[in-house]
Amino acid sequence: MTKILKVSQLSKMYSSGSKNLTVLNDISFEVNAGATFSIVGPSGSGKTTLLGLCAGLDKAGAGSIELCGTALDSLNEDERALLRNKEVGFIFQDFQLLPTLTALENVSVPLELQGANDSKHKALQLLQKVGLEDRVHHYPSQLSGGEQQRVALARAFSTSPSILFADEPTGNLDEETGEKVIQLLFELNKEAGTTLIIVTHDLELAQRTQQILRLKGGKILSNETTKAA
Amino acid sequence: MNKSNLDFSWLIKMAWRDAKASGKRLILFMASIVLGIAAVVSIQSFSKNLEDNIGLQSKALMGADYLIDTPQIPTETVQNIIDSLGPVAKEVSFASMAAFPSSGNNKLVQVRGIEGAYPIYGEFETIPVEASKSYQHEKGALVDATLMLQFDLKKGDSVKIGNTVFPISGSLKAAPGSNAFSATLAPPIILPFDEIEGTGLLQLGSRLNYNYYFQATPGLDIDALDQAIDPILDDENADFDSHHSVSQRLGSRYNNFAKFLNLVAFIALLLGCVGIASSVHIYIKEKLRAVAVLKCLGASRKQSFLIYLIQIAGLGLMGGLFGTLLGLGLQALFPLIIQDLLPFTVEITLQLMPVLMGIFLGLFMSVMFALLPLLSTWFVSPLQVLRVTEGNDSAGRKTSVLVILLIMAFIFLFSLWFLESWRYALGFVFAILVTFSILAAISYAFMWAVKKYFPHSWGFTARQSLLNLFRPNNQTMVLILAIGIGSFLISTLYFTKDILLSKASLEDSASNPNIILLDIQTDQKANVRRVIEEKDLQVLDNIPIITMRVHSINDVLANVIRQDTLSTRDKWIVNHEFRTTYRDTLIASETLLEGEWPVKRQPGDLIPISISDNLAENGQVGVGDTIVFNVQGVLMETRVAGIRTVDWQRMQLNFSVLFPKGILENAPQFTVMSTNAPDERISADLQQELVREFPNVSILDLRQLLTTVQGILDKISWVINFMAFFSIITGIIVLIGSVRTSKYQRIKESVLLRTLGAKSRQILKITFLEYFYLGILGTGIGILISLLASQLLAVFVFNSPFTPSWIPFLVLMPGLTVIVLLIGLSNSRAVLKSPPLEVLRKEAG
Repeated sequence: MTKILKVSQLSKMYSSGSKNLTVLNDISFEVNAGATFSIVGPSGSGKTTLLGLCAGLDKAGAGSIELCGTALDSLNEDERALLRNKEVGFIFQDFQLLPTLTALENVSVPLELQGANDSKHKALQLLQKVGLEDRVHHYPSQLSGGEQQRVALARAFSTSPSILFADEPTGNLDEETGEKVIQLLFELNKEAGTTLIIVTHDLELAQRTQQILRLKGGKILSNETTKAA
Repeated sequence: MNKSNLDFSWLIKMAWRDAKASGKRLILFMASIVLGIAAVVSIQSFSKNLEDNIGLQSKALMGADYLIDTPQIPTETVQNIIDSLGPVAKEVSFASMAAFPSSGNNKLVQVRGIEGAYPIYGEFETIPVEASKSYQHEKGALVDATLMLQFDLKKGDSVKIGNTVFPISGSLKAAPGSNAFSATLAPPIILPFDEIEGTGLLQLGSRLNYNYYFQATPGLDIDALDQAIDPILDDENADFDSHHSVSQRLGSRYNNFAKFLNLVAFIALLLGCVGIASSVHIYIKEKLRAVAVLKCLGASRKQSFLIYLIQIAGLGLMGGLFGTLLGLGLQALFPLIIQDLLPFTVEITLQLMPVLMGIFLGLFMSVMFALLPLLSTWFVSPLQVLRVTEGNDSAGRKTSVLVILLIMAFIFLFSLWFLESWRYALGFVFAILVTFSILAAISYAFMWAVKKYFPHSWGFTARQSLLNLFRPNNQTMVLILAIGIGSFLISTLYFTKDILLSKASLEDSASNPNIILLDIQTDQKANVRRVIEEKDLQVLDNIPIITMRVHSINDVLANVIRQDTLSTRDKWIVNHEFRTTYRDTLIASETLLEGEWPVKRQPGDLIPISISDNLAENGQVGVGDTIVFNVQGVLMETRVAGIRTVDWQRMQLNFSVLFPKGILENAPQFTVMSTNAPDERISADLQQELVREFPNVSILDLRQLLTTVQGILDKISWVINFMAFFSIITGIIVLIGSVRTSKYQRIKESVLLRTLGAKSRQILKITFLEYFYLGILGTGIGILISLLASQLLAVFVFNSPFTPSWIPFLVLMPGLTVIVLLIGLSNSRAVLKSPPLEVLRKEAG
């Protein structure tokens, strides 16, 4: 099986005043292409930091990360941005839609960055898929939380990424809406054959992925395969 | 499709999408520079039009191609030159009293006796039109139109000049060689040349001027002719003047004024730019999360930076365009404002350079001043999407320093272009830096002091309003800068006008003259004194005046000095006709600086003289040096015995050259007397009698003159205030911009307070107090700095004591503070009127 993400002996420290704070310590794991993978742990366990490092949003302090066959250490910031645009999709807890762009424009942006000619058409199709065909010209502030997260889903899948990182995708939604969004996420993921990495507190959600990485205090507690595998 | 084309069009598309949703805020950025650009463009365009008009109308301004003028009947040599060149017309002019029998009024006027086809270019504008020609054969007078109105005169009335009564042929609206400015001091009356003799005013000792007007033959090089004959004419106490030199003189005179106005306009623009920098700073700060998202989605640093750069550049371009259009419209008002100060009518045409400059300035200045806040989009990490990180990058700091240096360099180059002197430009940049720094330092110190000595015992609203002054994203510094600079400009202009007017004002006491009598001939002295004393008035001054020119300095002939291009002596010394007097004392306006005065002259010694310090400096003459004067044909060898400082600003007769008694008593001379008339009726009585008995004596009524000077200063200060107005309005726009930019944040806080149970009155009071502190502090500091600047101006430029007026403190400070309060309070209206959630939802959109 092809490994889409290889993390080896990864550590990350932050300095806070005169103190050094180790957020991640000697983390190693691998994720197969097309798999669903979750990272769980209590607050401050380093989940989000790990996600940021794996997605190339930050630089590791020690160790290495290989994403889609490319060592992230060897890339500068713009090269990492290019890699993200080609291979990575994101879903955030607080949606992170561009507030001055409409739903349609938000979904089009990653495609436009790739230079796609039919970005509008593709974006419209995706918004139809997530059930927002009648909200395409609305600004984020005119949409509900669930609708915003559905736009974020459409945006994340717009470039057909190889890997999708989701940071607490239901954290800002009520239970019912959260469930609908998760169902949609898994459906879209299955359809596109994308690798899905979810950071979550929600163990129930984590159980729906094929593999669970448990973190505590910046260290791996366990890396187990679930029944969903 | 080409990738780079796609990139650029996408960047423009993104900039447009974002701008569309941020419309209102961005319009305010643009408005910040519109007025500054309008001010610069209107001044630039008007100056260019003025320059073109002066060039085009130079012949009409002189009325000829060139002229030869002399303060006496031409010597034989000068007459030969005049005859060989073939003058088209000649003129004799002098100041004299005119009496109007129909109204019983008298007035000091400029009499111009004209013969021949003058003006060759341009025309006398008269009512009726035919009077411009008919006055010659009617032996009549053309009388200044304002004077006609003032004394209710009409065609057919009479005017008495000297011994002759002339019928008024028409009213004179405009004439080459006259302008409204000089006409206010001594309005012109034009007479036929042949009739002047009969007035009896052409006597020796009178201050006359003869002009001979010429039309250039085709192909004549006027400048070459000037160079060839001017030295000969100078030796003969005559002068050559061409229409080129008229336009150059006029051009440089107005150019200096335009330079000053340009700087005032430039300050308005800079103020707008500070507004842009501050608004963009807040705007971009709010956009950083979106930039981080874009980077997450794969946008490069360059792309994210360029999206906002294009946005600002587009707004700058629009600001430049709107500002330029407004400026072009405004310049049409300028002729209305300053027409009275100009000797010709200005025709406004579209000037390309100022238009291009306005658009360029809009684009360039807004980009340059926005660059610093825009840089943060380059350095923001995509990780901010997940958590906020502190952008503490040394590369960012280096770039910021570079941008600041770039801004300073641009301000310097731009001022250099305006002022054409690197020293003045450096001075201007330094002054700007000092003023901005003082304001910034005081606002910083204020915030620090509020933090350090926070009045914890104060009530909730007072404490909350103080907290607002130093919270994150506060506008304290930018608001104090904007308000401070505006108040500084206005009050400095106000104080400067005060200084100028106080110098020109008269002390109202019997020992200070308010009437000066000029041109009293030696045989008239006793009788003039008698007339004054019969009115129970006192003769305060009785000063003999003898005119003379420098013949040589330390045996170097005046002509040699004139032609010596390497000589560092100021040329006015050898071209000037000195009016000197003799006395053995120094008066109140004089202080001995070097040498001695009075001097005991030993037999065989050269005549000792005392000279003023400016003459000594400009002529490079010291104590013991010799100067030979040509006293109306007689050479007098003198030795500098003393050097005096002279307070030229005093309203009294001062002299550059002073002779001792016993030398010049028999030289051709006239006398100046002065007196103090306690009221206007006595003054009018005295003037009427003097004009009747001594028609050649000119009377300067200082009361009237001061009213005129005040009127002229009012006109000039109107123009300056008009330009300062741009700074104030720009300041207000910057203020609105700054307040609006932070509106969402402030509303969120106010809504939070409201949600927690704060009453409308409390929210209103917090906002009121916050803007009250800002308004009072900004205007107060601005006026205090202007006090300091005005004191420096008074000491170093005007050499005058300065008593500041309370008007800026009593009118400007409360006025501007109220404006600041109104703008600030309008911000909170939405919070007070609507439920909290509704407000948040509306404002977020």
